[in-house]
Amino acid sequence: MKRIYVNEQWCLGCHLCEYNCAFANSGETNMAKALKGKPIFPRIRVDGDESINFAVSCRHCKEPLCVKSCISGALSSKDGAICIDHNKCVGCLTCILVCPYGALSQGEHGAVQKCELCLENSCGEPACVKGCPNRAIVYEER
Amino acid sequence: MKQYVIIGNGVAAAGCIEGIRSADSESRIVVISEEKHPVYCRPLISYYLEGKTDLQKMKYRRDDYYEKMGCEVLYGKKAVKIDKDAKTVILEDGPAIPYDAVCVAAGSAPFVPPLAGLESVKNKFSFMTIDDTLALEAAVTPDSSVLIIGAGLIGLKCAEGLKERVADITVCDLADRVLSSILDTECASMMQKHLEQNGIRFLLGDSAERFEGNTAFMKSGRTVSFDVLVLAVGVRANTTLVSDAGGQVNRGILVSEHMETTIPDVYAAGDCTEGEDISFGQKRVLAILPNAYMQGQCAGVNMAGGEAAFDKAIPMNSIGFFGMHAMTAGSYFGENEGGALYEEKTENTLKRLFTRNGLLTGFILIGHTDRAGIYTALIREKTPLDAVNFELLKKNTTLAAFSRESRINKLGGAV
Ligand SMILES: Cc1cc2nc3c(=O)[nH]c(=O)nc-3n(C[C@H](O)[C@H](O)[C@H](O)COP(=O)(O)OP(=O)(O)OC[C@H]3O[C@@H](n4cnc5c(N)ncnc54)[C@H](O)[C@@H]3O)c2cc1C
Ligand code: SF4
Ligand code: SF4
Repeated sequence: MKRIYVNEQWCLGCHLCEYNCAFANSGETNMAKALKGKPIFPRIRVDGDESINFAVSCRHCKEPLCVKSCISGALSSKDGAICIDHNKCVGCLTCILVCPYGALSQGEHGAVQKCELCLENSCGEPACVKGCPNRAIVYEER
Repeated sequence: MKQYVIIGNGVAAAGCIEGIRSADSESRIVVISEEKHPVYCRPLISYYLEGKTDLQKMKYRRDDYYEKMGCEVLYGKKAVKIDKDAKTVILEDGPAIPYDAVCVAAGSAPFVPPLAGLESVKNKFSFMTIDDTLALEAAVTPDSSVLIIGAGLIGLKCAEGLKERVADITVCDLADRVLSSILDTECASMMQKHLEQNGIRFLLGDSAERFEGNTAFMKSGRTVSFDVLVLAVGVRANTTLVSDAGGQVNRGILVSEHMETTIPDVYAAGDCTEGEDISFGQKRVLAILPNAYMQGQCAGVNMAGGEAAFDKAIPMNSIGFFGMHAMTAGSYFGENEGGALYEEKTENTLKRLFTRNGLLTGFILIGHTDRAGIYTALIREKTPLDAVNFELLKKNTTLAAFSRESRINKLGGAV
């Protein structure tokens, strides 16, 4: 399965991926309208320290601890892509307690959100990867 | 073709079904379900009372689940005996169901202490099942006074669920603090304060001694009158099927890391078991949903002839009440046991990281819950703290604290 992989030596720490992610999942067609002047809730986060940056999003684990631990059955695997049913999620945060990568976060209204590889929105391919200026994140089979 | 039998139909059973099917798509699976419901999310019963979910959304799996998984479910049937020589499971109403391998996924039952006069209380409920919840829902009105015995997770979740539906709620517990099994004194008092601010009344270090109709006489001499009583004192693992058959049980059914009991071809999973808590180095009942699923799945794979081990169990809980989240994991060793503590706190947030012998053994987080799984993984994987930048990690759950090599593995390698 294709996944998003990180080449940390190429990450500029520009945070563009975060903006592209938030826009892709906003349902809006105009980026300024979707994001301008608002706090953003991306599903990919640039992590790092003074010396290194890298963007972290869901690894779509083969043995996904989040899915096995979800108390509401909201997380599931669709042909290997780990998806969340926002309608079922009750916001208990158990998934955040178990994900070893810190890949889930609380979204705008407290509900949990995660990367779904842009399969569930209208992008069709990960918007973060498409917009990365330095190919520091790639979407490929490994 | 083999026949697998699963006793119980909760999350551990679902894990078992999925484990079996990952290794054997052919053989028969028979599920014996005392409850007359397809598998549902037991922790959601309080969210149901709160109106945050409904009976359809509470289903753990889709409506066509058993059909797709090729399972026969016997609803409303209770297993009463495992005949290990004949290799059958005997149902209460008579029939014996043959098995090649059986998994006991029977969960736990509410423990009701022998309290004088309890029989004179008309409106009394446990809070474990959908049926309990629907009965409780039918009994409360906006004018009800509710007394909940037990300030553990189940009692407090019940209080939260009922809050907007009744006039007042009192929770009592013999322990002197709330959530005494997972929170230390200071964290418990933070949580208690928050619950009180949200209208829950507490009587701690005190409990009902006897009842007369709708009045509870407390150990302290106080009396509490109520319309509805909820008994949430504790639960006991359902172990008798295995102990009666000669298998070893303690507070739960003893299982190996392959989920075998001491009886050949009899496996067990979920709340009815006692497995190794690796943060503590001892067997313990770990009555939490993630454990139930993972044990069930492990049992299923092994029953079907595959090979799986579940040797990373730790206690962990993410619980929220009225918007305040607390996360706990692992074991907390005090200084006298060789442990050390790192702490950060403000009025409404708290972080406690417990370390011992160069490992993170446990934590309590209130408020600061972002990316907490990075801490949990350190406990689960027993990551030596000298292999990471723990000074950085204490302050921040960041993957920058890991070596470049391990990070490249995590983010760029196989998963
Ligand atoms: C109110 C509440 C809130 C909770 N919140 C959380 C939470 O936030 N996070 C968390 O991790 N966990 C939580 N839990 C615990 C969690 O629900 C359990 O750990 C989990 O459901 C255990 O699953 P299980 O399959 O082992 O057992 P169960 O879900 O108890 O299933 C066992 C089933 O077996 C059936 N059975 C028993 N004996 C027999 C028999 N002889 N024959 C046939 N059938 C039988 C029972 O009727 C039952 O349906 C909560 C529990 C409650 C009650
Ligand atoms: S959210 Fe975390 S645990 Fe779940 S699949 Fe993604 S990386 Fe794995
Ligand atoms: S927060 Fe939502 S998705 Fe995460 S474990 Fe709880 S119910 Fe499942």
